[in-house]
Amino acid sequence: MINKKVENVQVALEGVENGMTIMLGGFGLCGIPENSIAELVKKETTGLTCISNNAGVDDFGLGLLLQKRQIKKMISSYVGENAEFERQMLSGELDVELIPQGTLAERCRAAQAGIPAFFTPAGYGTEVAEGKEVREFNGKMHIMELAFNADFAIVKAWKGDTAGNLIFKGTARNFNPCMSGAAKITVAEVEELVEAGTLDPNQIHIPGIFVQRIFQGSKYEKRIEQRTVRNR
Amino acid sequence: MALDKIGIAKRIAQELKDRYFVNLGIGIPTLVANYIPQGIDVEFQSENGVLGMGPFPFEGEEDADIINAGKQTITTLPGASFFDSALSFGMIRGQHVDLTILGAMEVSENGDIANWKIPGKMVKGMGGAMDLVASAENIIVAMMHVNKAGQSKILKKCSLPLTGVGCVKKVVTELAVLEVTPKGFKLLERAPGVTVEHIIASTEATLIIEGDIPEMIID
Repeated sequence: MINKKVENVQVALEGVENGMTIMLGGFGLCGIPENSIAELVKKETTGLTCISNNAGVDDFGLGLLLQKRQIKKMISSYVGENAEFERQMLSGELDVELIPQGTLAERCRAAQAGIPAFFTPAGYGTEVAEGKEVREFNGKMHIMELAFNADFAIVKAWKGDTAGNLIFKGTARNFNPCMSGAAKITVAEVEELVEAGTLDPNQIHIPGIFVQRIFQGSKYEKRIEQRTVRNR
Repeated sequence: MALDKIGIAKRIAQELKDRYFVNLGIGIPTLVANYIPQGIDVEFQSENGVLGMGPFPFEGEEDADIINAGKQTITTLPGASFFDSALSFGMIRGQHVDLTILGAMEVSENGDIANWKIPGKMVKGMGGAMDLVASAENIIVAMMHVNKAGQSKILKKCSLPLTGVGCVKKVVTELAVLEVTPKGFKLLERAPGVTVEHIIASTEATLIIEGDIPEMIID
């Protein structure tokens, strides 16, 4: 067994430097690597390019890094819940690349799987297609999209083991499996870290080969963005 | 009388067919799940990674790890499954989802849709909408016929940045049900009490009107 366990978030994020490109898992505030984001705030790393479906809210998730102006560029599909984000984008302080959500997921997966580029119909005929190669397959138009090239992928899982194997829970899975192994170094933070051999190999969602460093997060707030309930 | 949002959702729900897998967008489309016709089985897909979406949880049973694409807490029904974002869009792009229902700011008579950006004003992003409209075989748009200033959103040509081209099949508004045909918008039904003249006056695009236009039947 190759041990991927590191003691804490500080060790897990060693080597993250100013100007790097970082993928971060999560959909809204669901399944985001909370502990790593808090550590990036503490480290005061700046000039970051962040690849993440959303940009958090003003006071949580990637919104915390935006507040401190640590992000130079965001690559996302939807950024609607963050007023500070919108302000920085419209004023030109923040560079933003908005891309279709399925394309975002597939560009992660392509990087993970060693596929340099792929064709998708998403965005054909829109400004997303500008400057991209267009090809027709089976009578339908497609545009070429490239795999991402990131320095770090930071993902969050429910359970993990010291071999780096990951299990996700509910819709907190989202982009986390696609980003695992999609960057030079993948850091996984988990709610519960167990010894290798404890988890059933049949139930592993992401094999440890895609993860270089794993640690147990010290606390999870798991903030709910839209609490919706029904009457009993 | 023009329909309210619930009326639009109820009318669109009539488009659901037995054994359909359906993706619902944020806003009015989400309401469609409340009005599934009796006697049919449908499953709702949410692009953040769940198939078999159920109603909102009871108070105290919310789980931060189980949400829909609108980031709302939800539940799952028997037979549900969770999956990652790449697989989710594989389902969508691979046309395994039968029907997509989404909102729009503008729709044009050739089936173009704009719903993600107002340059210089509103920039929220397209989320999964571009993937959905580029891939789905059947796309129904739920929208208001006119904007707050009274201007038509049913146009000859969209003025806002496009989300997808030539993809919309049907539009349900507070005034009418329209079908996108190769020749343009065909008026299929009108909201109860709304006249054809009212619909024509509220529509910038040319409407194809053949014979008597029936009223929608809304429970």
